[in-house]
Amino acid sequence: MSVWERSSTARVVPSARPRKLAKVPFVELADGRLQGVVSSGSDIGRVYVSSVAAGTYAFSCSTNNNRPCGGARGSFCNHIRALIGEAVLQYGVERVARYLKVELPEQDADAHRITGAMTSTRPAQGDSSAAAQVFSRFLRHLSYLELTPTTLPLPEMQWFPTTRAVA
Amino acid sequence: MVPDDEGGGLMRADLLTDAVEGLDEALAAVDGFDEALVDGLLRPQPAQAAGLAGLADAVAGSPLAGRVAEAAGKTAAGAAGEDHFVALAAARTALLGSVHDALLARIDEAVGRPGAEESGPAPAGDDDRAVNLLIAARGWLCDLARAGWRGIDHELVAGAAPVVSAMLPEPGLRRTAALLDGFAAELAASCPGATLERVPVRRWADLWARAVLLTLPGAASAPAVTGATGRLLPLGVDVQEHATAVQAQVHGVFEPADGGAPRLVRASVSAPKPDSVVGAGLWQLLRPRMSLLAAVSEGRAVELDAMPVTGEGDLVWDDERARTGEPADVFATARVALPSAVAAPVAPLDRHPVRIAVPVLLEGYGVEEGEEGTVLEVAGVRLAVDVDRVPAAGPLTPEAVASSGACVGLLRWDAGRFLLQPLAVERTVRKKGVAVHAGAWAGGTTDKAGVRAEKAATDAVAVLRERAGRLLRK
Repeated sequence: MSVWERSSTARVVPSARPRKLAKVPFVELADGRLQGVVSSGSDIGRVYVSSVAAGTYAFSCSTNNNRPCGGARGSFCNHIRALIGEAVLQYGVERVARYLKVELPEQDADAHRITGAMTSTRPAQGDSSAAAQVFSRFLRHLSYLELTPTTLPLPEMQWFPTTRAVA
Repeated sequence: MVPDDEGGGLMRADLLTDAVEGLDEALAAVDGFDEALVDGLLRPQPAQAAGLAGLADAVAGSPLAGRVAEAAGKTAAGAAGEDHFVALAAARTALLGSVHDALLARIDEAVGRPGAEESGPAPAGDDDRAVNLLIAARGWLCDLARAGWRGIDHELVAGAAPVVSAMLPEPGLRRTAALLDGFAAELAASCPGATLERVPVRRWADLWARAVLLTLPGAASAPAVTGATGRLLPLGVDVQEHATAVQAQVHGVFEPADGGAPRLVRASVSAPKPDSVVGAGLWQLLRPRMSLLAAVSEGRAVELDAMPVTGEGDLVWDDERARTGEPADVFATARVALPSAVAAPVAPLDRHPVRIAVPVLLEGYGVEEGEEGTVLEVAGVRLAVDVDRVPAAGPLTPEAVASSGACVGLLRWDAGRFLLQPLAVERTVRKKGVAVHAGAWAGGTTDKAGVRAEKAATDAVAVLRERAGRLLRK
């Protein structure tokens, strides 16, 4: 076995890079999709739940009250484009491309190229059935802020050393 | 005990590269089992059966022998039940416990410090409310073992989420929840397992085995505490994090007011977090819960008045029982107080090489930068520096380590070798010694880059709190 395979503290997932959260408060690579929540530009009480499926690039965008997004007919709306941009900031272009199964040139890969590579395949509009699940994952994510810190030691965190390397 | 040499805290680094008897054999047995987990234990192949038998053989002389032999046999036949997986996890844990003990004995010899006393039995405890959640967690872990790392998919991994969500608000289950959450996130990022280029074989087996043992009632129950009154001299801060949890541990020397022997202690503070809270945002989450972080940034000692402390040397911090004291220089502490400080024993379940973090002072070394990263040459011995463990939200950089003349750090062990995690370094700037601390920003900072990072982190949390306030309680 290699050193990495024999390491108890091998780094498997790089740390997220810091980014501004105002426009896209939540983004994740999960359940075979790039998915997240995008703040509405006009109504502070409204958010859009947007997603793109890995491989097929089937896309979906609707409000948290399950109304379809007017911009996501035929191709990616601005919410989905913003979501891809912020995902690249948080996870790095390589990880996003790998997860979505997008082939990119080795140089000058960026969010714009990823978006272009996907829209050029003329992906189909997916159903919005996942929106409720994504939204509940976002609420779960927010609920982590409500949990209180503790001073009882967590010995298991020894397996998760901090790392200077970011995505 | 090794007599103090003139350097006081200097260590016999040559002992760190000498072979440790029995280490390779114990680790080979662990590896055999770990490799069996890669393809899963649903229908084990002959090579996997051999790995299971190897694990059973390795504990044949221990009280576990009978149960582990039965578990290995049933599992090899593809007929393992939950109790069998628990027995295998226990055997693997016992083996790594012996590795831990051998490595720690070697470190005690090298640093010439008094070793720890034997630890007592873990306190028994039962939390009835927790039992059902622990059973659910064990079920998920057994499904993982059957599927193997190559067999994981999104559906299987997602099974952890409801268990973790239910555990997180329960203080007594925080350990288990934080472990399962970090583990499941790694597995999710690695799905489907069938297309993985490489598998973190020992790491995932470690996390799995620890989680399985934590599902046994009482395994993670609150430790017994006594009161510590005296002076705490901080040495530095170690930061641990995964996407949704962070812990800062302050290592220090405690000098009891009653004149007793100084002791090595740790003070921990941890919090669950959204994955977009990173860098300086971690300090912001933890700071309000533990005034010690501010004292560390200010370079001060802390006076403790009956602060709860466990038998393992963990202070269970309570700001009401702490008062910030006089300035205390980390390098003075390391030179004067550290050499005679006594380490606490390690709790039986925590005996694992990953838990080794022994504060040391190194001086008079040479620094090499090469393909292996940064390496210190200490008395003819090469000791790798794990600069990656230095928190990004702090002033200590790999460059500062490379140009240093003295270093306070944690001696660790991973993947077959000892490593040094720097906590602070001393550099000579214009003929004067200047100290740089990894945890300098823990309590806040006036450093330009630090202030920027703090501002960005404050904004990020403000956005999330605003969103949470608007969307959560609807």
